[in-house]
Amino acid sequence: MLSAMILLPLALAMLVLFLPGDEAARARLARLIGLGTTLVLFVMALVLWSRFDNATAAFQFAERAEIFGGLFSWHLGIDGISLVLILLTVFLMPLCILAGWDSVKTRIPEYIAAFLIMESLMIGVFGALDIFLFYIFFEAGLIPMYLIIGIWGGKRRIYASYKFFLYTLLGSVLMLLAMLWMVMEAGTTDIPALMAHDFPVRAQTWLWLAFFASFAVKMPMWPVHTWLPDAHVEAPTAGSMILAGVMLKMGGYGFIRFSLPMFPEASVQLMWIVFALSMIAVVYTSLVALVQQDMKKLIAYSSIAHMAFVTAGMFAFNTQGLEGAVVVMLSHGVVSAALFFCVGVIYDRLHTRDIDRYGGVTTNMPRYALFFMLFTMASIALPGTSGFVGEFLALTGIFMAETWVAFVMATGVVLGASYMLWLFARVMFGAQKNADAAAMPDLKRREWAIMVPLALVALWMGVYPKPFLDPVRAPVASLMARLDRADAPQTPHTPLKAASPVLLASVSEGLRP
Amino acid sequence: MTTLMQSLAIGAPEVVLGVGAMALLMIGVFRGDSALRGLSWGAVILFGLVALNIVDDTPDRMLAWNNLYVADALSAYMKVLILVGAAASVLLAVPYLERVKADRFEYPVLIVLCTLGMFVMVSANNLMSLYIGLELMSLSAYVLAAFHRDDQRSTEAGLKYFVLGALSSGLLLYGVSLVYGFVGSTDFSAIAAGLSAGPDRNIGALIGLVFVVAGLAFKVSAVPFHMWTPDVYEGAPTPVAAFFATAPKIAAMGLFLRVALDAFSGMVADWRQIIIFMSIASMVLGAVGAIGQTNIKRLLAYSSINNIGFVLIGLAAANAAGASAVLLYLAIYLVMTLGAFLCVLALSDADGSAVETLDNLAGLGTSRPWLATALSIFMLSLAGLPPLFGFMAKLAVFNAAVEANLWPLAILGVLASVIAAYYYLRVVKILFFDPPADVVVAGQGGLAINSAMIAAAAIFCSPAGFLLLGPLGAATRQAAGSLF
Repeated sequence: MLSAMILLPLALAMLVLFLPGDEAARARLARLIGLGTTLVLFVMALVLWSRFDNATAAFQFAERAEIFGGLFSWHLGIDGISLVLILLTVFLMPLCILAGWDSVKTRIPEYIAAFLIMESLMIGVFGALDIFLFYIFFEAGLIPMYLIIGIWGGKRRIYASYKFFLYTLLGSVLMLLAMLWMVMEAGTTDIPALMAHDFPVRAQTWLWLAFFASFAVKMPMWPVHTWLPDAHVEAPTAGSMILAGVMLKMGGYGFIRFSLPMFPEASVQLMWIVFALSMIAVVYTSLVALVQQDMKKLIAYSSIAHMAFVTAGMFAFNTQGLEGAVVVMLSHGVVSAALFFCVGVIYDRLHTRDIDRYGGVTTNMPRYALFFMLFTMASIALPGTSGFVGEFLALTGIFMAETWVAFVMATGVVLGASYMLWLFARVMFGAQKNADAAAMPDLKRREWAIMVPLALVALWMGVYPKPFLDPVRAPVASLMARLDRADAPQTPHTPLKAASPVLLASVSEGLRP
Repeated sequence: MTTLMQSLAIGAPEVVLGVGAMALLMIGVFRGDSALRGLSWGAVILFGLVALNIVDDTPDRMLAWNNLYVADALSAYMKVLILVGAAASVLLAVPYLERVKADRFEYPVLIVLCTLGMFVMVSANNLMSLYIGLELMSLSAYVLAAFHRDDQRSTEAGLKYFVLGALSSGLLLYGVSLVYGFVGSTDFSAIAAGLSAGPDRNIGALIGLVFVVAGLAFKVSAVPFHMWTPDVYEGAPTPVAAFFATAPKIAAMGLFLRVALDAFSGMVADWRQIIIFMSIASMVLGAVGAIGQTNIKRLLAYSSINNIGFVLIGLAAANAAGASAVLLYLAIYLVMTLGAFLCVLALSDADGSAVETLDNLAGLGTSRPWLATALSIFMLSLAGLPPLFGFMAKLAVFNAAVEANLWPLAILGVLASVIAAYYYLRVVKILFFDPPADVVVAGQGGLAINSAMIAAAAIFCSPAGFLLLGPLGAATRQAAGSLF
């Protein structure tokens, strides 16, 4: 099933490139094939979800084929965390195809093919159980994204595409060396086996830093975030949606899948780096977002701030923090994609992202304003929306770990509310300053088709997040067991634990729900 | 000791090539230049027969000609690669030579002779047979570089190659004489035995080793012996440059492996420092030097320097994983480079003259999407980006470096690969992102076989290539096994 989900979009991407006929016919057919394929994949993922066993942390739907000459293997399988991220991917993809339906006008078969290849690679990242296979999928996504930004992007697209590519590549190559060493040390390329392997503590620090270099860039964390605003601003709407919606989650997924279980001691020792960078990121990028004139840039900076909740929540090393981190990833995937699409809607009409050019849009686009408001609220984590569940859980987890970190992180919620509400006020309310902005028509049918599913999911996750949390529970519990074991014998960072491990164990037991 | 008949049987590939070259030469002499096409196909068939003979043979290690010559799994593997490179270089040249009115029959004959020289190189078990093979290869190559003799740049390339090549041969020979003087033999096994039996540090042999390494480094165009490469590639006819970038480099690298890991296996700590320096210098200079290039052939020259730097990582590791990584790298490098040159050959402007400036490639993604896609695949594969097959080559050498605990080399290597990615990406950018150039890049007739070769090479470099890892990995491990 997983192999089929990876190979099907690849095969159809090739088909789309080879379509016959004149340009208009090819474009029409390519769009239909793209939409059809992504919908089929969505259905396949729903089938996976329905047959998924929430009770176990083991990898399910495993497949294994030794087709790479014994160097590594085609080994796939998913646990709950992979499952929800795959669901996010396949849910967003059809909407991305729809989002570029009219606004992309050149080289449409290639455009669709690039998105289908991206989808295949992203499912591969979340489904790979072989460390080199993971690396290949993880890095391969750069090439289609480079092309998407470079060919269909805005004015400074070439600069942005280079920056995106080289930044991420530089982050990842050190991880590759670390992987090679780990495989030599452990004698296997299997991720489940590596997750159970105890690497020497001294080596763990270096390995952790090498992986951190890659995932921190991908996430992105302050101060290696600067590629993100450029890439987002220049990418076409659908490109931004997929970049913010799914590609950033690869960094978080990497932390959960590799850094935490494979280097538990190093993770405990170096958590202060993550906390420090997350705190800076939340405050700094929120303030930067506050002063942006470009709507896309503002949302891009807000993404960085949200991702800081993910990293800090993960490194709180408790169940709430980890579950919160996963839910923030899911929620941000839906909400940021929706916000980028909202910007795309008015960009298509006026061809500017400058906040000052708009104003009073509620008057002529009331339905659009309603959706925009919903996603703004979800972004600032209003209770009842998806953002609240994740950020509340993550903040609870952080609070249990380090109160001061939680205090600083919580300011991010306030700042997030200010920049998002101010953005909303400037664009939606006030006087209609420009005639062309005042003449923009409201949502079209295609735009409805994108907005409604996004809005429903954002509300669903906010009101009843259980279906999304259930699959995550078992893997998080086993991750916690792994972290606890690493934490128990040597705990230099908290004297209290060293003094009375029994007392602390009982306290942490009491806190766990 | 083997008899003459046994030696002839063991050395059958060389015998067939030598006789075949003479036969092709005779046909050419009597039939004139119109025989170019026939002779080219004849040469390819000859290569095919030799390849069948090699693949058919058992990979046991066999010595012949008074231990001057060795046939083992390593030489068999290298010979197959050399044959692929040589056969492709013969085939891809015909339309080009006809177009520039340089369609003389000597081209396939020279390539066959050059191939014979390379065969002797990779089968050499003695510094003397090594030198003879190297010289036969080089002399044919000098002529090939100047093959387009009416063209000033081609003549210049030939002359430059000859002068610098003669210098490197001199260095090599001087090193050989020092080794002979201080160890007492030119036979590889005898050198290895003499070094391990002799004093702790044989300074004379060490100096000899340095000269031998310098001579070989010239042939693989590793920094700091790389200066000739961009000029010769730019000046030589494009098919000849394609040939230079593939088969002779591979042969010299195979020879390098044998000399370093067989004859001088006792001095690993000594030559490793040199190799590490050359590797880092080649990777960095190959990457940085390519950034400013505007001519695609010069760019490919720097790309080959850069890639040789990565190959040398595998040699510096000096273990079985390193040797098999070198062999895997060479196989993938061969196909990527041939593919890139084939794409360059497929370009010409409206009046039929070749397009070599990078800027003229702008907009090719729209006008000739398939060619642009293929060229992008080769470029990204040369950069070693996953999921293209070139990634596997880099993964293998870095794996060897990590196993040998060469951390600084490995870290500098991955950083250099990021720098290199910049200029490979630049080609993709020019092909797909830039608005079309003024120069019309017309479709050019050419042989259908060239297009087929491009397609085959592109599929090999695409992720589909990973499916070949099974047989390829087994072959490289077996070949590397004959050194350890």
